[in-house]
Amino acid sequence: MIEVNNIKKSFDGVEVLKGITTTFEKGKTNLIIGQSGSGKTVFLKTLLGLFKPDDGTILFDGKDYRTFTEEQKRDLRTEIGMVFQGSALFDSMTVEENVMFPMRMFSKKSKSEMQDRADFVLKRVKLFDAHHKYPAETSGGMQKRVAIARAIVMKPKYLFCDEPNSGLDPKTAIVIDNLIQEITEEYDITTVINTHDMNSVMEIGKKIIFLKNGHKAWEGTNKQIFKTDNKSVTDFVYSSDLFKKVREVYLKELED
Amino acid sequence: MIYLENIGRYFLMLKSVFSRMTKWSMLRNLIFKEIDDLIIGSMGIVCFISFFVGGVVAIQTALNINNPLIPKYLVGFATRQSVILEFAPTFISIIMAGKVGSFITSSIGTMRVTEQIDALEVMGVNSLNYLVFPKIIALSLYPFVITISMFLGILGGWAASIYGGFSSSADFIQGLQIEFIPFHVTYAFLKTFIFAFILATIPSFYGFYMKGGALEVGKASTTSFVWTSVVIILLNYIITQLLLT
Repeated sequence: MIEVNNIKKSFDGVEVLKGITTTFEKGKTNLIIGQSGSGKTVFLKTLLGLFKPDDGTILFDGKDYRTFTEEQKRDLRTEIGMVFQGSALFDSMTVEENVMFPMRMFSKKSKSEMQDRADFVLKRVKLFDAHHKYPAETSGGMQKRVAIARAIVMKPKYLFCDEPNSGLDPKTAIVIDNLIQEITEEYDITTVINTHDMNSVMEIGKKIIFLKNGHKAWEGTNKQIFKTDNKSVTDFVYSSDLFKKVREVYLKELED
Repeated sequence: MIYLENIGRYFLMLKSVFSRMTKWSMLRNLIFKEIDDLIIGSMGIVCFISFFVGGVVAIQTALNINNPLIPKYLVGFATRQSVILEFAPTFISIIMAGKVGSFITSSIGTMRVTEQIDALEVMGVNSLNYLVFPKIIALSLYPFVITISMFLGILGGWAASIYGGFSSSADFIQGLQIEFIPFHVTYAFLKTFIFAFILATIPSFYGFYMKGGALEVGKASTTSFVWTSVVIILLNYIITQLLLT
């Protein structure tokens, strides 16, 4: 579980995060949504420790990140998996080398143990014959799956995903969403996903946090988001006619 | 003000490069890869340029000797001095700033743009040590490149003198041997070591701290070439002033 208390962050005098307080629960896919410029990426990068918050606390399973020694911070990092928007695979390494990279860096496993683990996670993300391909030789969907495999190879306690299905076709996007949800539940990970994708919100949003202008404007589940009368949320989530109709049908079904 | 800030950031970067070392088994592979990319990959262009520029130095020297009282061995002497003191260590370093420097800036810059550096940081890897330290170690072999450049520059001068009819082989070789000061070679290699460090770190600095997209990677490569060249020229002046005067 990750508890965030009153996180603030400014850049050059401009306050991007204005005191966000929330909790990301274990074994659930926690989604952060909001318009471009609402502070989602800064929030995610602050949770990851890539930005230092100006104020507030971040507790990883009750432990305050700010009080960690350098060694504790390094240990925590090995418990974090991250799937970047553009996958961020290392160009000069094959798919297999990318997946084995965190183990080669931080684990004391033998080469054969690392190989077995890499094979296992690649199979888990349904990649069977891409081991020796370079990222440039694979499709966007495959790259995302490799990124997920690399993120889970060290059996992380926390998984962060930045726009995991951006740039993917709708079918592949659903495959990636389902994969993240399955992995989260299977390994009981605290997963935090930054997304624009409303399909993801409806499908895997076990907990949703809506950010607006650096504030948390709403939080709830994918069931509650249909019923909310928060104008900021409804304007954002139901901006298309299709989703308006989906909402109407859902609410009608609930009434019936 | 921005220049002062960059100088400060450069030295802070160096501090990070030498802290929290990457696992040796990983580092070893990275060093071999960098030796292949930065040293072996540069040999072709260095050999080609050295041979022909050495030849041009010999021809230019011979053509400017009109006085019959000046001995013919001066062509060999001037070629040796030019190649060992300036051409091989400094001129080749400027060329390397373009070839190796641009490669370093663009490769690290692309890693920055595509979030690969963020990925390293999130995993808990000291990205500066992982990316820059192997380049510094690989470029510590740069004096070998310069040794080959010196040899080929003088060989080119000899070939141009003989086949151009400017000097006899015996005269040229006499010129190479006359008034040879071994400290000049020490001075040249000392410069080379310092330039190697500059070649590894300034382009890395511009790649690592770049912001933006693909266009900015190109701009960073250009800026890195300009500043690497400027620093090499300035240090060349300072080292020469300190060691040879």
